[in-house]
Amino acid sequence: MIKPDQVEAMIKSELPDAQIQVQDLTGGGDHYQVTVVSSLFEGKGRVQQHQMVYKAVQQAMSTEAIHALALKTYTPTTWATATSQ
Amino acid sequence: MILWAHRLFDQRLLTAITSITHQTMTTDTHSRIANLVQQNKILVFMKGSKLMPQCGFSNNVVQILNTLGVPYETVDVLSDPEIRQGVKEYSNWPTIPQVYINGEFVGGSDILIELYQNGELQQMVEVALAS
Repeated sequence: MIKPDQVEAMIKSELPDAQIQVQDLTGGGDHYQVTVVSSLFEGKGRVQQHQMVYKAVQQAMSTEAIHALALKTYTPTTWATATSQ
Repeated sequence: MILWAHRLFDQRLLTAITSITHQTMTTDTHSRIANLVQQNKILVFMKGSKLMPQCGFSNNVVQILNTLGVPYETVDVLSDPEIRQGVKEYSNWPTIPQVYINGEFVGGSDILIELYQNGELQQMVEVALAS
């Protein structure tokens, strides 16, 4: 079981400028939904963006401490577009 | 209590399997995956089958592709531990499902949903099937 702020800290270690929203979907600390906004995603495809986040939580995922991670990634620009609609 | 013990056992077993298969992502497994990916225009590595997905995320992908009404093939990773671990390394992607279109890794459930909602998936699939 991983706490939401631990998930956030792991992602921050890889993407220091990231704005992160962590949601525990079941309350069990192993199914998370995470939204990440970072300028480091700029110029990268979706797959690459998700890979960057996965890299940050790799350890927790390979041990199944985090069983499921629903992911949404945005650059500051795409975030602005998404939230203005 | 029983559930907890079951989960713990599950997790240990999984860790054991992972550590075994981790060392043995053989060239054979690698080429099996490469062949599958090359030979199917739309391919989904998933848990369970089209008719009986064994995981909500795999089910998402199946439902989307069914809605598009396109032909696609699936590989059940639950029945093949080597592929299950191997495809994670092959794609550098830690989760199942994984979708390949025209030999290219497209993403998992989240990306498929996004691509479907913004219309990109329909285009990618049309291009793939026309080629």
